[in-house]
Amino acid sequence: MGEAEQDRIETQEYLVNMGPQHPSTHGVLRLLLKLEGEIVHHVDPHIGYIHSGIEKMCESLTYPQIPYLTDRMDYLSAHMNEEAVCLCIENALGVEVPDRVKYIRTIFSELQRLASHQLWWCVMGMDLGALTTFFYGLRDREKILDIFEETCGARLTLHYSIPGGLMFDIHPNFRNRVHEFLNYFREKLPEYDQLLTGNVIFQERTRGIGIFPREAVINYGVTGPSGRASGFSCDVRKHHPYSAYPFVSFQEALDDRCDTLARYKVRIREMWESMSIIEQLIDNIPEGDYQVKLKGVVKLPEGEYFQRVESARGDFGVFIISDGKKSPYRLKFRSPGFSNLSALHAMSKGWKIADLVAIMSSLDLVIPDIDR
Amino acid sequence: MRAIWKYLSDVLKGIWTLIQGMRVTGHYFFRPWLIVTQQYPENRRKLVMFERFRGEVTMPHNENNEHKCTGCGICEISCPNGSIEIITATVLLPDGKKKRIIDKHIYHLGMCSLCNLCVKNCPSDAIVMAQTFEHAVWDRTQLTKVLNRPGSKIMEGIKE
Amino acid sequence: MAFSIYDFSSFTQSIHEGLSNRLSPAGTLAVEWVIVGIVILLFVAVFGLFLVYAERKVCAFFQQRLGPMRVGPWGLVQTIADFIKLLMKELIQPARADKFLYNLAPFIVIIVTFLAISVIPFAKGLQAFDFDIGVFFVTSITAVGVIGILLAGWSSNNKYSLIGAMRSGAQIISYELSVGLSLITIVILAGTLQLSGIVEAQRAGWFIYRGHIPAIIAFFVFVIAGTAETNRGPFDLAEAESELTAGFHTEYSGIKFAFFFLAEYVNLFIVSAMATTVFLGGWMPLHFGNLEEFNHVMDLIPPVFWFFIKVFFVIFLIMWFKWTFPRLRIDQILTLEWKFLLPINLFNIILMTVIVLMGWHF
Ligand code: SF4
Ligand code: SF4
Repeated sequence: MGEAEQDRIETQEYLVNMGPQHPSTHGVLRLLLKLEGEIVHHVDPHIGYIHSGIEKMCESLTYPQIPYLTDRMDYLSAHMNEEAVCLCIENALGVEVPDRVKYIRTIFSELQRLASHQLWWCVMGMDLGALTTFFYGLRDREKILDIFEETCGARLTLHYSIPGGLMFDIHPNFRNRVHEFLNYFREKLPEYDQLLTGNVIFQERTRGIGIFPREAVINYGVTGPSGRASGFSCDVRKHHPYSAYPFVSFQEALDDRCDTLARYKVRIREMWESMSIIEQLIDNIPEGDYQVKLKGVVKLPEGEYFQRVESARGDFGVFIISDGKKSPYRLKFRSPGFSNLSALHAMSKGWKIADLVAIMSSLDLVIPDIDR
Repeated sequence: MRAIWKYLSDVLKGIWTLIQGMRVTGHYFFRPWLIVTQQYPENRRKLVMFERFRGEVTMPHNENNEHKCTGCGICEISCPNGSIEIITATVLLPDGKKKRIIDKHIYHLGMCSLCNLCVKNCPSDAIVMAQTFEHAVWDRTQLTKVLNRPGSKIMEGIKE
Repeated sequence: MAFSIYDFSSFTQSIHEGLSNRLSPAGTLAVEWVIVGIVILLFVAVFGLFLVYAERKVCAFFQQRLGPMRVGPWGLVQTIADFIKLLMKELIQPARADKFLYNLAPFIVIIVTFLAISVIPFAKGLQAFDFDIGVFFVTSITAVGVIGILLAGWSSNNKYSLIGAMRSGAQIISYELSVGLSLITIVILAGTLQLSGIVEAQRAGWFIYRGHIPAIIAFFVFVIAGTAETNRGPFDLAEAESELTAGFHTEYSGIKFAFFFLAEYVNLFIVSAMATTVFLGGWMPLHFGNLEEFNHVMDLIPPVFWFFIKVFFVIFLIMWFKWTFPRLRIDQILTLEWKFLLPINLFNIILMTVIVLMGWHF
């Protein structure tokens, strides 16, 4: 075909709505895609379909009531969210929680991270079309949820951390169950690699796709495993240790290949690290109280307080402005999903629709975390 | 020649990784006794929830139809959703003093997020979490419950 | 009339004679057509539904689940219940859809499967039409199915459907080549295009054994390409649930959706049946060289059963693929075909030709 002839064929960009109800947006995220054929030219995320006004609601809740609500933002890292709020309130009050509380909180955070990464893994497989991974991931996650349920009575929205400590002491069976789970999962995790990681189709679908260099990651504020896959060392557990993280030794999973496969591998490595962290702590939980008694009405001294934790998706921050009353004047969450989503456009520009789905999966978005 | 070898080894390596994956799924296919799902309504009788499972808020009564609730209203205040309403009544004691007792402890299960704050904060441990979980009803008014039973009274020796 | 489950030719022959004694030749032909039509229709419906059930069970077992368990013992009646549900659903037509093509598409897809089934030899004498060019007929008629898919995507007035249809078009046109070439490899060995002739030629041994290396390669190429042709995972790009919601049949509901659904499973059967007929000896029992006793026991199993055992083996293999592998991307699918399968196939044909010429086959 001559060049003149080529000019005469008019191609057109067209718009496609992906979502708010679409199998791979995992919730009610709406992406407005500008496509040319299969190639994505522009991604415009529209959020707000599941906006629940949690930040505003918090302004009318008392401090002990806030953590229960934060469970419902990023429901896959419920415990980390609670922990962030509790740590923030405790710091503001100048309360030092017993070591026992710190240890248990850390173990719970890591279990939660494992559960979250398991779900991410199965969903990633499903997005790429390998439906069986979905059930294997959920099968293993069930074991962690059972541990949660036995100790704190809930599976998803735990509400286990409260300002000043924990809701209950750990269940007498807790240690056994965790050990049982670690032994079980250590056998199952290599299966994940056999089934998906090593698979040539999976490798082809992810290697070199959605490359996002380190500078861009920092500019967009992408944190968590997605940021670390581009060589951005941003693990809050390492850089600003909280709870029992100063007592454990672990490696920050870093990768510098910046692509979807790197984001995948960082998460798989984080699962191994989480298991080793739990292993270091589980047998050394110190004796002691599981909560400090706070005053009947908790009032934070006037001022501004900030606390960040590493949730399963990245850097989760809580910012409280207190005017000395029993509920915050303003409360702001810095949710990792929001910043990660903002990078989706830059990551997926020029790739195909199928790649967009893979990239979105590798960012591990939880929509209520974005639309809080 | 080297290009051909590379081509062939790529093909074979690719096939090998695919076989690895099929081995995992095949492993489970031929071991049906490893199936993890349960047949829910059928296994109802065997199904035991964990003792700390938070199913709904209840108020235990003893055999004399007595509970421990003083009607202090702390649970009502600590509930973030307003799912509890305490209606108190005032009775005249024989010695002439007035006493506030619980008239109705109204609990809206439909609004409850099972956060456990009311149970934790109750000074006299009058309410606990039950392990029920089949809450579906035909009409949502049925989700509003009065926790203290009719004719019940407070146990001896519970102080405000 | 000596009816035997081992040989249906006398049975069909007697029906034919009985009819032609009573009717004119044209009448006989008409009645026979009707009989064949009804039998195939029944077969498609029953077998299609059974395959849906089988797939759900097989995938459940791969995923450590139980699968359908509620309707009937072990959920056996589940798919029939689903089918009744689909029959009763409202047929929704998108606004500004191309009405005629939109309604035509599901019929094209399902009719093609009927046509293809008609030439498959289920057992000796149990074959509706025995063309001289059976292999050619099957490959060409299954390629028509893609027109139905293209029309469905085009006429639905939905961008997802259109993308799915275009993908499907590119994919099927490419993989037609591999299907055809891998069959030709065996045709070289068999020396005939007639399906019954191919089966008959395997009396001495299945082609996958007699043609050894090239036949095994051709078998795997055929299974891969066949999977791609039926739009099944890992090649289910036309539907690509996580990308295009449901691809070309997004806008179809009720019975029209059921047609697409049924056609997918019947196509699965056709691919497996072709693999069985051409590579695995059709309805020929399993024989081992000079193990007389063993061979005799194998002969006792009727050919129809042999045919279905082999078909189910291939179907299981294809299901195993689907429930293990992630989906490929559209350009990777085309790369796989043009850069890997096609060269391998062409080389394979040369190899087979050399082997046949030199008489190196068994
Ligand atoms: S249940 Fe407990 S907190 Fe609530 S009114 Fe009764 S005694 Fe007070
Ligand atoms: S469990 Fe929480 S939401 Fe439910 S009644 Fe008690 S305090 Fe309110």
